[in-house]
Amino acid sequence: MLERVQVLICGGTGCMSSHSREIKKAFEDELTLLGIKSEVGLVLTGCFGLCEKGPVLVVYPDETFYSHVTVGDVRTICEEHLLKGRPVQKLMVNDPIAKTKIKQMSQLKFYSKQKRIALRNCGQINPLDINEYIARDGYMALGKILSEMSPEAVIDEVIQSGLKGRGGGGFPTGMKWQFARSSQSKIKYVICNADEGDPGAFMDRAILEGDPHSVLEAMAICGYAIGSNQGYIYVRAEYPVAVERLYHAIDQARSYGLLGKHIFGTDFEFDIDLRLGAGAFVCGEETALIKSIEGYRGMPTSKPPFPAVKGLWGQPTNVNNVETFANVPVIFLRGADYFKSIGTAKSSGTKVFALGGKINNTGLVEVPMGTTLREVVFDIGGGIPQKRKFKAIQTGGPSGGCITEKDLDTPIDFDNLTALGSMMGSGGMIIMDEDNCMVDVARFYLDFTVDESCGKCTPCREGTKQMLDILNKICDGEGTLEDIDELERLGEMIKKTSLCGLGQTAPNPVLSTIKHFRAEYIAHVVDKTCPAGVCSNLTHFVIHDNCIGCTKCAKNCPVNAISGWPKQIHILDQELCIKCGACKKACPVGAITSEPLHKGVSL
Amino acid sequence: MKPVHITINGLPYTVDSTQTILEAASKNNVYIPRLCFLKDVHEEANCRVCSVKIEGQKNLKPACKTLVSEGMNIITDDQEVYDTVSMNLELLTHRHHFECFKCSREDNCEFLDLLRKYSIDNEFSQLYGMFDEDNYYYQDDNGVMIIDSSKCILCGRCVSACEKQSGLSVLHFNNRGNKTYVGPALFHSLEDAGCIYCGKCIGACPTGALREKDDIKNVERVLRDPKKKVVVQVAPAVRAALGEAFGYPIGTDVEGKMFHALKELGVDEIMDTNFTADLTILEEGTEFLHRLEHGGPFPMFTSCSPGWVNLLEQYYPEFIPNLSTCKSPQQMAGALIKTYYADKMGYNPKDIVSISIMPCIAKKAEARREGMGRDGYQDVDYVLTTREFARLIKRRGIDFRNLDDSKPFGMLATYTGAGAIFGATGGVMEAALRTVSEILEQKETPIDFLDMRGNQDIKEATYMLQGKEINVAVIHGGAATKAFLENLKTSEKQYHFVEFMGCTGGCINGGGQPVVIARDQEAYDVRSLRASVLYKIDEKSRMRKSHQNPFVQELYQNFLEKPHSKKSHELLHTKYKKRDIYASVE
Repeated sequence: MLERVQVLICGGTGCMSSHSREIKKAFEDELTLLGIKSEVGLVLTGCFGLCEKGPVLVVYPDETFYSHVTVGDVRTICEEHLLKGRPVQKLMVNDPIAKTKIKQMSQLKFYSKQKRIALRNCGQINPLDINEYIARDGYMALGKILSEMSPEAVIDEVIQSGLKGRGGGGFPTGMKWQFARSSQSKIKYVICNADEGDPGAFMDRAILEGDPHSVLEAMAICGYAIGSNQGYIYVRAEYPVAVERLYHAIDQARSYGLLGKHIFGTDFEFDIDLRLGAGAFVCGEETALIKSIEGYRGMPTSKPPFPAVKGLWGQPTNVNNVETFANVPVIFLRGADYFKSIGTAKSSGTKVFALGGKINNTGLVEVPMGTTLREVVFDIGGGIPQKRKFKAIQTGGPSGGCITEKDLDTPIDFDNLTALGSMMGSGGMIIMDEDNCMVDVARFYLDFTVDESCGKCTPCREGTKQMLDILNKICDGEGTLEDIDELERLGEMIKKTSLCGLGQTAPNPVLSTIKHFRAEYIAHVVDKTCPAGVCSNLTHFVIHDNCIGCTKCAKNCPVNAISGWPKQIHILDQELCIKCGACKKACPVGAITSEPLHKGVSL
Repeated sequence: MKPVHITINGLPYTVDSTQTILEAASKNNVYIPRLCFLKDVHEEANCRVCSVKIEGQKNLKPACKTLVSEGMNIITDDQEVYDTVSMNLELLTHRHHFECFKCSREDNCEFLDLLRKYSIDNEFSQLYGMFDEDNYYYQDDNGVMIIDSSKCILCGRCVSACEKQSGLSVLHFNNRGNKTYVGPALFHSLEDAGCIYCGKCIGACPTGALREKDDIKNVERVLRDPKKKVVVQVAPAVRAALGEAFGYPIGTDVEGKMFHALKELGVDEIMDTNFTADLTILEEGTEFLHRLEHGGPFPMFTSCSPGWVNLLEQYYPEFIPNLSTCKSPQQMAGALIKTYYADKMGYNPKDIVSISIMPCIAKKAEARREGMGRDGYQDVDYVLTTREFARLIKRRGIDFRNLDDSKPFGMLATYTGAGAIFGATGGVMEAALRTVSEILEQKETPIDFLDMRGNQDIKEATYMLQGKEINVAVIHGGAATKAFLENLKTSEKQYHFVEFMGCTGGCINGGGQPVVIARDQEAYDVRSLRASVLYKIDEKSRMRKSHQNPFVQELYQNFLEKPHSKKSHELLHTKYKKRDIYASVE
């Protein structure tokens, strides 16, 4: 019997950790009970992107989008929607302005400005079934290339498309392939960098889990173009689902003759194997990654020689990021001109961003280059939760800088973000509001890079640690104005002399926050106060006279440090206060702020 | 290889397209500071001290790794570069625990030299506190050498030297980032990690982070003990390099001053290890003849290098039967000092303190081996490296350069040219061939076996002796040794006699010799210069074959009877056994 309805359940790691696998099992049980199992298709698919609303599932053909689904909701969905045809209102997403429910996925504002190219199949297919990938034009690009195009023509097409590396480097992909092609050797390698180490980044994870074949196909295309027969995917071991799905996809591709010898009956052979990372962020740097595959300690080496000339085991090697590869088949299916028509003149195509931090719609979004930051944060991201004030966006993870309110209308592309003192990076986008302390943010990122530094070169190994020590000193209340100058001095030197990208970009968060939020640093060192109320040694919450006595602060205080009658100005007991900031966030009129101690505190 | 036109600090130079900026600058006497670069050993460009500015390129680039190109304009020393290099050095001082007053490298520390040149203030330590004591790695329980992370600047030269020269990769980086330290893997000790104590790591270290265990205080104590009789032996290779510690050019023979200095120190008797080197040839030569007669086991391996013996016992114990049972000249000397010569000198062996001065750190462990003593004493009590010897001379205020030449008493210190060349790679083989060939051919045979000289990793030759083809080989350094032994396992070629040295270059390049700084290692062929001292001594010697040594003959006549006699076996021969590595489990 033909399926009359299909339920696509999100099987991305985020939703799986909220029991989406159990939800699928519950569906199977419930549908069997109701006797309609053969009429309903159940698919555990890839990440839908709206992770904030997970576990997510979509019912087709009517495209009903259900959010925050629990195992307990399954019976209701089966009985009401699948059996009786009545969609379940309470599981639909709220429209905050119209105050109604939004039924269809495409009606969600979250998706309206997105253009899913790299994520085209995520949330649409079963990643464990190669036939579904093929059904959506999978492997057609490879077939067309092997039967109609020369390797040089393939490279020309990629150059024409303007595709640039999506891992953070932004290097023109076609040119990179050209270098590898020009290097003379019988043995060459294609490497897919799936180490994705930036904290908060999970774009590559979604592609590997939700559409692994797109990467396999692209790697084979790359192999054909540069003259390689062997590919490696270096994937971080912290992505076990991705590893499992990749192995499964490789096996299926092999069994269909789409990997291995005589692909599509031609002389071209290409195979792919996996190599797992062991937990080092620095192994996302291509030369350290290569050393790691070779079995050595993951420490970067000087460039030149570049991997395209002398890479894995001394052979010409092309290293590309997962998202870069995911875009490749589309260039050949729809043409380079199509790809170039999306985005801006210098940055064509789309970019996947992982929205995190103080944002309503945390998750993955894919937008054409040229979309403004404001559109991403407010239109797609849904703005800041609890109506708090926007403060900054951090793009590029621990290698990037922060962008402030005044630059929110900047169209996103590689050059614009770099000009603002930040960078595109791999796509992590962390939004900060008035409750974030920018000094603490800088310290957080530097703490990460200090921990992850490989230790090979002096400036990164010693310099970043010195910068972190200074930041800790500042946040503890022992900083001086000279310390801020020292941070800038050290930061500039480390950028100029580090051996690899990790060191060259590690000072960016610090330098960028000093540039845009110098006043906040000065408050920490001169007034010895943390205005955002984060650095506990420098936080003293004060309830001002504009308190309206609504008692919200007292109700939210976990240690009962606030007392006061309704409609009377409330009082905060400094002895009991644990500096958690819950009162400040709860106050509807902004009557609670963190003030310098010497300004007097009423007890 | 084509000419390239560049400017450095505004001045034009014509250089070679295959050169790095550092090479081009140094050939034209332009100074660029450097720290981690060690030619052919460690070329990773990680210290960033050699950073230079190149017009048109963003960021500074490492001069040691960047190739020159046509039209390149390089600035090595403007305010920005100066400040950057200074900052890198300041950061390194923050990690360093300064104990220069007692440091083995007080006179030739490459780090200290740079700190002086750049007027470094140690400002980070002053502002933010002294070096991090929580991450202090210190290992000194093997009694041979010390790893001291408080002096380490993490240049990585030792790691590369151990990988490339010993071939064993015993030392590596542990942990990560600013918690990195160099040492054997995880919780293992050097001994447990299969270190052979060749000391190539010490030779590569720019500071005092890697150094020999210092036995100077022990020697000072026994010299002041009225009840003790101090007998000192000195190895062939020491006289070829000792002068470097006193400002003499590399390759100066300071034998006469060396013996005079020992007298000034107040030792009771002096023995020349060259003498027992001759003795070793007699014993080992006889052993070889014995094997020739009885068909094996072949090939016979020399056994005087304790670094090599360490390698064999730990990594290739299956070849133990091939090793000569002869002790090293140091140990033969020690055994005789405490028996025959103790008697001759009228000393009670229990009152003798036998000290050796060696170009080697592995000798410190060899002296403690089982079987290297009897009746509750060891044949060699303390081993001083050439470096410790030089320090002792300086501390005592002895004016080395103005000492007259001196020669010790003949019975203990007469040697032939064959004994002198033991210190160079190929020397033992050449010395053995001189004696063995004469005995086999029963007539005077050539003195020189030039094929055995030189710095190639593996030297081979075939000699016709007594109508038979004798295949010999000479190997030096752990890496070449491993390669040769692996090949030997499957090779068809029958070798008869092979000389192995644990150190690349032989003893003259041993782990206890004066350390030559990186810049000088590039400018001079250190091994050849030091080896030439020994070959010159050999050339000038009246007797050049070990069996011609009259005191060796006397020793046999009056005491040992003949080579491989019962007495010889008791005193001059030893046993070996398989040793496990990485055996301790935490």
